[in-house]
Amino acid sequence: MTLVLDALTVTLGDRPIARLSATVRGGEVLTLMAPSGAGKSSALGAIIGSLPAVFGVTGRVLLEGADVTALPTRLRRIGLLFQEDTLFPHLSVAGNLAFALPAARPDRAARIAAALDSAGLSGFGGRDPATLSGGEKARVALMRCLLAEPRALLLDEPFSRLDAALRDQIRRFVFDRARSLGLPVILVTHDAEDARAAGGPVIDPFGRSINP
Amino acid sequence: MILAALPRLTLALMALPVLAGLAGTVGPALAGGGAGFRALLGWPGLGQAAALSLVTGLGSTLLALGLCLLLLAALYGTPGFAPLRRLLAPLLALPHAAAALALAFLVAPSGWVLRLVSPWATGWTDPPDLLLLNDPMGIALMLGLTVKELPFLLLMALAALRQDRTERLMTVAATLGHGRVAGFVLTVWPGLYPQLRLPVYAVLAYAMTSVDMAMILGPTLPPTLSQQVALWQMAPDLAQGPLAAAGALTQLALVLGALGLWRGAEALGRAAVAAWAVSGRRSVWLDAPARRLALATAGGLWLGLAAGIAALALWSVAAEWRFPDALPARLTSAGWTAALPGLIPALSATLMVALAASLPALVLVLGCLEAETRHGLTATPRAMALLYLPLLVPQIAFLPGLQRLALATGAEGTWPAVAAAHLAFVLPYVFLSLSGPYRGLDARLSLAGRSLGASEQRLFWRLRLPLLLAPLLTALAVGIAVSIGQYLPTLLIGGGRVVTVTTEAVALSSGGNRRFTGAFALLQMLLPALAFGIAIAVPRVLWRNRRGMRA
Repeated sequence: MTLVLDALTVTLGDRPIARLSATVRGGEVLTLMAPSGAGKSSALGAIIGSLPAVFGVTGRVLLEGADVTALPTRLRRIGLLFQEDTLFPHLSVAGNLAFALPAARPDRAARIAAALDSAGLSGFGGRDPATLSGGEKARVALMRCLLAEPRALLLDEPFSRLDAALRDQIRRFVFDRARSLGLPVILVTHDAEDARAAGGPVIDPFGRSINP
Repeated sequence: MILAALPRLTLALMALPVLAGLAGTVGPALAGGGAGFRALLGWPGLGQAAALSLVTGLGSTLLALGLCLLLLAALYGTPGFAPLRRLLAPLLALPHAAAALALAFLVAPSGWVLRLVSPWATGWTDPPDLLLLNDPMGIALMLGLTVKELPFLLLMALAALRQDRTERLMTVAATLGHGRVAGFVLTVWPGLYPQLRLPVYAVLAYAMTSVDMAMILGPTLPPTLSQQVALWQMAPDLAQGPLAAAGALTQLALVLGALGLWRGAEALGRAAVAAWAVSGRRSVWLDAPARRLALATAGGLWLGLAAGIAALALWSVAAEWRFPDALPARLTSAGWTAALPGLIPALSATLMVALAASLPALVLVLGCLEAETRHGLTATPRAMALLYLPLLVPQIAFLPGLQRLALATGAEGTWPAVAAAHLAFVLPYVFLSLSGPYRGLDARLSLAGRSLGASEQRLFWRLRLPLLLAPLLTALAVGIAVSIGQYLPTLLIGGGRVVTVTTEAVALSSGGNRRFTGAFALLQMLLPALAFGIAIAVPRVLWRNRRGMRA
């Protein structure tokens, strides 16, 4: 699987705020680094297709060679991990995962249990998400994302709320998963350590290479 | 300190008339060994009247809540939502009776809708003999109630929704492949509904017991239970007092039963939403029809409001308007001239009562919110439930008792007594309107003031009040609109001697003089609109050189 950004440009009024050209192959991580609020989140919105109409978008997003630029978010199948806790508070941990698992898949309960096992969260299915630790929440969020069978992964500073010891562990967990599934990954961050740990190329919102 | 005690005092002020009124209803209902209840059971219409109350109440509440969910799920955050949002304030300001009359003028057998399609589409040259209004099933009443309750629920939902969080949840659902409607219903609604619960209960209690809307749109033989109780209560024959009191308590029991039923249905709804969520169904097919239905609903509301006002206005000046004609043949101001001697005293009584109820309400609410700020108090869920008490306990259940108290103290039939009764209904709305902006004030501004050595007094008068000018005026306009819309408290506490544009419009509606009715309903509509207009205009003029003060 390959994710291609082909001169993807976001403008606000006449002002360009991001312009990206990049090819991310399956298992690779491209890091988009900038201080907070500098075109990062709008570039991310352009890739998943959730930008409000005030922004202009030109260029293309290609997934496995197919142009997805005109597709709504739900049809792009690009998984997104947020900085904030976005587990649904009214559903159990298993309910959150079931929400993501496509309806047509057989053996739903077994698949969800297997996903929890593989994340080191065996037996967590019935838990209230609010009772989980930060690291557990992050792992559930990733498993939820992956159960929806995405073709690429976008990470919106998902590690910034974790404390230092945990951050390294979760980072490795996420990158290993993405690599073993062969998913192209784009990491958006302002943290140089995140960028170094990702191990791939690091660019700013205008595609210029950065040495973190 | 007085200020710290003010929230409790205000709550007591609201709860007291409700409790005293209920007590005053229980007495006569039980007097003579339950003679009132025996008479009530002997009334042959009881079963049907009670069923009507349940069906119209539950039906319109379900419809209003369903449409509220549909509009939010299909349109929230899209460009299509903006015109709908602009429609909310005028629809809310519209008094119930005026909305009912506008609807009646549109859909009656001789109403505007049938005139527009007759005779070319229907072949009718005379008004058809159809029970479009006052239908025995209460469908017209349900429709009228829904039109009025939907904007209220939407506004409460918008106040409770946090835009950033809502958008994030919708984005998560979308990146997982879910449709828009599924995303909203499955991820946003479960968190939103608990915050809508009290408003929904208030809507249900109101819809089951509304008297003015039922008089205009509801069935007549028998009418809804509340309407019949009001008729008994207003009867000159004092012997009907125990009967009315027994009916009022029965109505209260019906409302409590319906609330219990609703509460049970909530659990079913929660289970259904959870089952849908874990099924993994994306339900994308829902999006297109939901969007079309939502746009049609919003468009229908716009069109209905505009056409309703136009119909009232046209009829108030129509000299001659034969049935299938789309427009009157001649216009005349005779209706207005003839109505004028009655209009002016009604107008001044309406305004006097509205100001005498909303100004104290505004002062009390401001005091409560200021006490919150200064003494670090917070509104507990129980206090919020108490705040809703006058909206949850049906007016028809406690106003008869209150009327009896007013009679005993000699206050009945005076406008201050009417204003005092209005206060209990005005206060909750003024609080709901002002509390959001007040609590949303940037606390750093007050902190900056404090660090400059300003006292809390000074901060209140020189900082918070001017900053809150626009929401203050809006809250006052809300209070005025609520007071103007009150029918039953005006009728009962006023003993028929305090005549407002609302009591007059409802009374005229049964008389069949459309010119008079149109004029009074139009005025009833214009007064709150004027109040809101002032609330919008004054801050614009005062802050014309202050860009930071423009909302």
